[in-house]
Amino acid sequence: MSQAVLEPDATAGRGMDLLRFATAGSVDDGKSTLIGRLLYDTKTIFEDQLEAVETASASRGDEYTNLALLTDGLRAEREQGITIDVAYRYFATPRRKFIIADTPGHIQYTRNMVTGASTADLALILVDARKGLVEQSRRHAFLTSLLRVPHLVLCINKMDLVDWDKAVYDKIADEFTSFAAKLDVPDLTTIPISALNGDNIASRSDKSPWYEGSSLLHHLEHVHIASDRNLVDVRFPVQYVIRPQSTTVTDYRGYAGQVASGILKPGDEVMALPSGMTSTIASIDTADGPVGEAFPPMSVTVRLNDEIDISRGDMICRRNNAPAVAQDIEAMICWMDETAPLRVGGKYAIKHTTRTARAVVRGLQYRLDVNTLHRDESADGLALNEIGRVKLRTTVPLLADEYRRNRTTGGFILIDESTNRTVGAGMIIEAR
Amino acid sequence: MSQTKPYRVSHLDALEAESIFVMREVMAEFERPVLLFSGGKDSIVMLRLAEKAFAPARIPFPVMHVDTGHNFPEVLEYRDRRVASLGLNLVVASVQEAIDAGQVRELPDGTRNRIQTPVLLAAVEKYRFDALFGGARRDEEKARAKERMFSFRDEFGQWDPKNQRPELWSLYNGRHHPGESIRVFPLSNWTELDVWHYIAKEDIPLPDIYYAHDREVVERNGMFYAVNEFIRLRDGETSEVRRVRYRTVGDASQTAAVLSEADTVEKVIDEVAATRITERGATRGDDKVSEAAMEDRKREGYF
Repeated sequence: MSQAVLEPDATAGRGMDLLRFATAGSVDDGKSTLIGRLLYDTKTIFEDQLEAVETASASRGDEYTNLALLTDGLRAEREQGITIDVAYRYFATPRRKFIIADTPGHIQYTRNMVTGASTADLALILVDARKGLVEQSRRHAFLTSLLRVPHLVLCINKMDLVDWDKAVYDKIADEFTSFAAKLDVPDLTTIPISALNGDNIASRSDKSPWYEGSSLLHHLEHVHIASDRNLVDVRFPVQYVIRPQSTTVTDYRGYAGQVASGILKPGDEVMALPSGMTSTIASIDTADGPVGEAFPPMSVTVRLNDEIDISRGDMICRRNNAPAVAQDIEAMICWMDETAPLRVGGKYAIKHTTRTARAVVRGLQYRLDVNTLHRDESADGLALNEIGRVKLRTTVPLLADEYRRNRTTGGFILIDESTNRTVGAGMIIEAR
Repeated sequence: MSQTKPYRVSHLDALEAESIFVMREVMAEFERPVLLFSGGKDSIVMLRLAEKAFAPARIPFPVMHVDTGHNFPEVLEYRDRRVASLGLNLVVASVQEAIDAGQVRELPDGTRNRIQTPVLLAAVEKYRFDALFGGARRDEEKARAKERMFSFRDEFGQWDPKNQRPELWSLYNGRHHPGESIRVFPLSNWTELDVWHYIAKEDIPLPDIYYAHDREVVERNGMFYAVNEFIRLRDGETSEVRRVRYRTVGDASQTAAVLSEADTVEKVIDEVAATRITERGATRGDDKVSEAAMEDRKREGYF
């Protein structure tokens, strides 16, 4: 443990921003060790946790403190030696706070990866330098691009076991880069690491003088995420109408919500959907007073100058830049339910922004093999962890954008109305 | 796209915006939400977020305290003051009353953390609450790291970690049948340090016990317990007056203090940033029972 250690800085706490990233890989790739290493090197691991891990490592007969044990969660997982579910972990450096969605590699892999990637700014994929790219690495890369995660980092791990051979690294990095090019991955970085020894994690390692990039932590701290947000298309899904019932505040009617995209300012001419009525923004309120502008991900309350009928599920946008008001939706759907497959003719509840409707599956164009990207047009359903292109018809219009343009107004979930389970996740390709 | 402004938000503002979004979703989609309020710092922060989510309207749901009867008087006094100033309806689910009525039985060791659960569930049933806001954070404990923002509970209030609903984007599925309920954790993505930074930023008053003060304590297993009506000296133990503060506030018979000189929020933040032991590891006797103590309690319907 000779790496530089970054002290959390108490005074820096207020100026940091937030980066969410998803990790993908199996235990064998060293993913848990890498996460343990990031937590350790940023001093996120506490003494009582480390003590517990040291005890557990010793009783297992490990030769070193097994940092992978830090991320073991539930009893069932320890008993079965697997990870069941997405786990969320946190660490911070003076520059950034990080939220890791740690997705397991084995069971229900696709469902968990899609869940973790849905909110991620960055995805981190691990491969074992000795094995190179495997089927799973390609699947990870595909899901990252399907979910439109803006940044992708490929960590080529266990470089110590290939003697830090540059040729090994180059071969894997080149192969992955050419595969990613087919997938429309906007930003790809590759880093040679040893999670076990901490090389190129918190600081650059002297074992890879040929590597000119930054350490993983430096990259995570500096990757530019501010421009990932869509600041062009004004989309404000109305969550809740605030109308105080009190004698001190009268005639207040505010539309509460979180800005999905775009920038709203008082005085802006806006349109409410689905009514199409227009007005201007009178004020953008917060509990700390009115603000001069609102942008994602701010939660605010918008007041308009005209009394027009707006309720939960409606959307405030601009007249010349509005989402589709659409009942016919084409989308890529990832199926997440083990009890029953998606079938043509199936009816589900659909939740999209703050609007809930019902949807019927009109057609399944193809099922996609996430390993080969082969399209199977003869498929008649989607089972758990399968992905396909689906046509839906909804009972009421959705106010929808293409997912590639807007992750908030382009994503939806399907819910089984008898079990209430979340059974599918959809990314809109076309809405009309 | 050229940008003249960075349009950045700090991590605290992003966390606040997410928590407010979650609270508004609950208010829009549930019939009878309630906020679990213990007078502890996390529930205090949660209450502030509720205030901000619905301003200028009042918080549109009641708060509930599951009262073990093992309280720090400063915390009860704070609870009543805060509830009164916000004009809220307070529901107290009393463990003592449940014991007196024979609904639950006192455990041999006298601790009441575990028997809070049936009292909580009885109150949920009585008042037909369908959404319960809790202040739990995922960084607290490994079972909580896998908890959802909207956590489904069956008609027995049980959590089934293997059968959780996937949670994508900011689309939360709160659907449930009558008798079932959803626990909602708006602070899921906050850490202990985030909570303290937010308390400082918002200038939120806390019960005095969160700041360094002199107290008569007894040391047990490296933890410092206040000597009071719930914790008495055992044979061979001696008490001493030490300068301490509490990092968490739970059942007064099981919550320990830490040695501290931090008597302001800024000093507490410095200590939290420098501390090397988890908040629960340092202060909660109840979590030390087994590796899966929290997981087991959550399955039974605990917070």
